[in-house]
Amino acid sequence: MSSIGTGYDLSVTTFSPDGRVFQVEYATKAVDNSGTVVGIKCKDGIVLGVEKLVTSKMMLEGSNRRIHSVHRHSGLAVAGLAADGRQIVSRAKSEAASYEKVYGEPISVKELADRVSSYVHLCTLYWWLRPFGCGVILGGYDRDGPQLYMIEPSGLSHKYFGAALGKGRQAAKTEIEKLKLSELTCREGIVEVAKIIYGVHDEAKDKAFELELSWICDESNRQHQKVPNDLLEQAKVAAQAALEEMDAD
Amino acid sequence: MASDTGASYGSTLRYKSVERIKAVGKHSLIGASGEFSDFQEILRYLDELTLSDHMWDDGNSLGPKEIHSYLTRVMYNRRNKFDPLWNSLVLGGVKKGPKGEEKYLGMVSMIGTHFEENHIATGFGNHLAIPILRAEWREDMTFEEAVKLVEKCLLVLLYRDRSSINKFQIAKITTEGATIYPPYSLKTYWGFSHFENPAQGAVGSW
Repeated sequence: MSSIGTGYDLSVTTFSPDGRVFQVEYATKAVDNSGTVVGIKCKDGIVLGVEKLVTSKMMLEGSNRRIHSVHRHSGLAVAGLAADGRQIVSRAKSEAASYEKVYGEPISVKELADRVSSYVHLCTLYWWLRPFGCGVILGGYDRDGPQLYMIEPSGLSHKYFGAALGKGRQAAKTEIEKLKLSELTCREGIVEVAKIIYGVHDEAKDKAFELELSWICDESNRQHQKVPNDLLEQAKVAAQAALEEMDAD
Repeated sequence: MASDTGASYGSTLRYKSVERIKAVGKHSLIGASGEFSDFQEILRYLDELTLSDHMWDDGNSLGPKEIHSYLTRVMYNRRNKFDPLWNSLVLGGVKKGPKGEEKYLGMVSMIGTHFEENHIATGFGNHLAIPILRAEWREDMTFEEAVKLVEKCLLVLLYRDRSSINKFQIAKITTEGATIYPPYSLKTYWGFSHFENPAQGAVGSW
C-alpha cells in the first residue's frame, strides 16, 4: 500500500511523473489512521459522530472535542491531526463571521464548504507550507435544508448523503449505504451513527474510546449542538446491544 | 426596563417605532439612548461576542456583569481615541451565580463612566425619573408594581421631555429569559388649569 516516492515526494510543489502529488497523499494517510468520523444527512437534519480514541486514562471525559460549532447552524467534525483540525475550525469560524459582517446574514453551508476547501487547498500550493493532516466533515442547516460536505487534505470537497473518514471508513460507508437516509429522522439517525461507530471500533487495536455525537435538526431549532445527554445514553445503550447481538452470532 | 419607541433626527421626530431595548445572550437586556446607528453597531459587536461565547460550548455563558464590563471597555477605548459611540447604555440581567440568582443593573456612558445601581435612567430621565425612583423603589417589588412605577416615570417624561413620544415598550429579564412586550401608549391628561391659556401671565411684545 505504501508507495515509495523516490524523490518526487519531498515537496508539495512537486508532481511525480504519473501526475501525483505525494505530499498530499501522505497527508491523507494521517487522516486514514485516525479515529473514525461519520456524518449522515437525515430527512430533518444532520448527525455527526466521532470515535474519539482515548490515549490516556488521565484524560477528563468530554475534553479534546473533535466536533466544533462553526456558526449557530453548522458543525465541523475533524479526523486526523487534531491540532491541524483546530486551525481549520478557527478559519471556518472567522470566514462565517466575516461573511455575516459583510452580507448581514449567516453564511450558507455551500459557501462555507467552498471557503474551507479553498483554504485547505491553499496549503497544498506553497513549498513553505505543509498540507493539513486532517479531513473534515461539515454539516449545516440553512435555507436550502440540511447539507453535508466532506473536505479532504487535498482541498477536494463534495456534498454527501453520508460520509466517513478515518480507520473504519470503509466499514462505516458500507453501513451507511444500508440506511434509508431519506426516511430517517435525526433521532433515529443518532442511534444508527452510534451503532456504526461502535461497530467499526477495533477492540483489539485500540482500547478505549469516547463517542462524541452532535446534530443540527428541526428539533434542535436548526442549531448545531451536542446531542442531549439522555439521547446520547440511549444511543450508546442501543449501540452496545446491537454489538452484543452481532457478537452472539 | 422601559423606553419610548421614538428616534429623532435633530428636532425632527423621524422614526416612531424603534425598539431601543434588545436581549443580549440568555441573561441580559441592553437599552440605549443617543445615536441609534452607534447602538446598532454595538448590537453587532455584542452579537459577535455572544456567538463566540456560544461556540465554546463549555457550559458557561456571558452574564450581565461580563457584558457590562465588555461594553465599558469598548466605550472607554473609543472615547480615548476621540471617536466615541454616542450612546448611554443601560445593561440589566439575571444570572445564577454561586450565591444563587444574582440580579444586575448598570449603565455605561459615552465617555466610559460606568456604575451599578438599583435604578438607572438616561438623558432627561436622570433629572425627572431618578428622584421618583429613589423615593418609591423598594427591593421587594413585584413585576406589576415595578411596571406601575416605571409608567409613572415615563408619564412625567412624556409631559416634560419634548423629544419623547407616547409609545412605550417594557422589557423584562428573568432566569427564564427575556421578554420584550409589544408597544403601548399611556393615557395623558392635558386638562390641567395651568395648561389653559398658558400665555395669560406672560409679558410679550408680539
